[in-house]
Amino acid sequence: MKVIVCVKQVPDTSGKVAVNPDGTLNRASMATIINPDDKNAVEAALTLKDNTGCKVVVVTMGPPPAEGMLRELLAMGADEAVLVSGREFGGSDTFATSQILAAAVKKIGVDDDDIVMCGRQAIDGDTAQVGPQIAEKLGIPQITYVADLKVEGTKVTCKRMLEDGYMTIETQTPCLLTAIKELNTPRYMTVGGIFDCYNKPLAVYDYEALKDDPLIEVDTIGLKGSPTNIYASFTPPQKGAGTMLEGADKGTCEKLASILLEKHII
Amino acid sequence: MDFRLTKEQAMMQKLCREFAVNEIEPIAADTDATEQYPWDLVHKLQKYGLLGIQFPKELGGSGGDTICYTIAIEEASRFCGTTGCILSSHATLCAWPIFKYGTPEQKEKWLRPLISGKKMGAFGLTEPNAGTDSAAQQTIAEKQEDGSYIINGSKVFITGAGCAETYIVFAMTDKKLGNKGISAFIMDINDPGFSIGKIEHKMGIRGSQTGELIFENVHLPADRLLGKENGGFKIAMTTLDGGRIGIASQALGIAQGALDQAIAYMKERVQFRKPLSSFQGLQWMVADMETNIEAARLLVRRAAFNKDHGLPYTKEAAMAKLFAAETAMDVTTKCVQIFGGYGYTREYPVERMMRDAKITEIYEGTSQVQRMVIAGQLLR
Repeated sequence: MKVIVCVKQVPDTSGKVAVNPDGTLNRASMATIINPDDKNAVEAALTLKDNTGCKVVVVTMGPPPAEGMLRELLAMGADEAVLVSGREFGGSDTFATSQILAAAVKKIGVDDDDIVMCGRQAIDGDTAQVGPQIAEKLGIPQITYVADLKVEGTKVTCKRMLEDGYMTIETQTPCLLTAIKELNTPRYMTVGGIFDCYNKPLAVYDYEALKDDPLIEVDTIGLKGSPTNIYASFTPPQKGAGTMLEGADKGTCEKLASILLEKHII
Repeated sequence: MDFRLTKEQAMMQKLCREFAVNEIEPIAADTDATEQYPWDLVHKLQKYGLLGIQFPKELGGSGGDTICYTIAIEEASRFCGTTGCILSSHATLCAWPIFKYGTPEQKEKWLRPLISGKKMGAFGLTEPNAGTDSAAQQTIAEKQEDGSYIINGSKVFITGAGCAETYIVFAMTDKKLGNKGISAFIMDINDPGFSIGKIEHKMGIRGSQTGELIFENVHLPADRLLGKENGGFKIAMTTLDGGRIGIASQALGIAQGALDQAIAYMKERVQFRKPLSSFQGLQWMVADMETNIEAARLLVRRAAFNKDHGLPYTKEAAMAKLFAAETAMDVTTKCVQIFGGYGYTREYPVERMMRDAKITEIYEGTSQVQRMVIAGQLLR
């Protein structure tokens, strides 16, 4: 059994957010971090490794410096890493990205008892689309928003978190799961892991490596293969302070009702 | 010449920073207030391999170097002097002498559990009447016919007393030889006749549990002798050379932590309708503090580099400890000053840092002893 975890390096939005004049993020000037939800996915994979001895492969698409993030994941305990990197892949939106990542995952190989994991969504784009699209393109079942996970042989049982409750869903491997922060608390790198991580295998998949996959066509990857176009990006105006009514007496309730009525809410 | 950290050292710094912010900072004030040894934290240090950073993997260590070890202590001490003290004393005062002078059997039995963090270690040299003057040791090891030893005496101010399970203990095997009659032994907390005496209430590093070791007819088999009989003084001195790199790193971290706090406060605190950071009198204090901290860091890393590369480091370690400790005391005192009345309260961590800084000028050789060591190396 192995777990393949798709991971994204994202700008650290806890620091200063730099925006280019055209409204896009100035990624070069911002510090990068491992996307938080992806770290939960990695932790889930490493916990499975602790319990079953399975292999953990981490994969990312990004420019060559993304290797640094992959080394950190290897230092946390992942066994192998794959960096998908090539000029042809640049400018990909979620559709094109999932084409490329699905091809990369296929090249790594998905066996019957394998699990593919992703974070729910990345903090830069916030789409939550890449994980589900990869599952579709691999033709495997998917469970999103996983808050709890149990794997027994090829049976996978997940608690799928929704806004107003949760579902318990069972499926079979191979499958794709997307992790949310409630799933676990990610571990740190270990000191021993740091001194091992540069000796662990890290493969680079460029365009040449993936081009024979039917998912990889000129019009399915990169800028050309991306149906999404960003026309503008802007900071939404801040909402004004709300009105706070205190008290449970008749007068306050009547006041509340009249405000709601005035706003045509009731 | 390259002043940059290697890729692994930079990752180590990142790990230790994250770990310190998430795991150490939240418990630092409480550890100080309650004087409780932070066992939960120590178990986490073990889990991530932070108790055996500079020891080889074959022996259960993490396979890092001394620079990485200084980085870990510095980052921890930025928030908690106690944690820096625990990291330093365990690895360099107990594990290292066994690593350097132990037999393969001793390494297997005693070192492996220490550097994998399963057991904590301590070092017992100081006695009520033998501080800097280690030749005045009154702890006696009497050799028996079968080659075993019977130890009687006591030690004071031992870091980790009662929390550690393994102790390096020094005792006189030949009183008339003075320093040349001292031997080193490995002692286990469960050895019959070995007990823990008074635990001290201290000014700083209050969670590190410092106390007395009492030996009443402790019978140690011959294989507990570390190194050669009467060779203990050399073991103690070389161990302290390395220990000083750890304490220098602790002092450096305390100073850096206090300056970080002061800079944040200066940007935030407004007086005369201006932030404190706009006052030149305080700006110059910050510039001086930063310069001294950076100089201390260079001395620390230089000493660690020498140790990693098999170069002499006695003088370098003494200079690093001397300068870093005096910098820590100076910087923390100035930072309390910058905070004014708030700095004198326990609402802010700088008063704790000032209390923690003081020990770095005292233990593992006072600043006066460091000057003796440095001058001794020059005037040989």
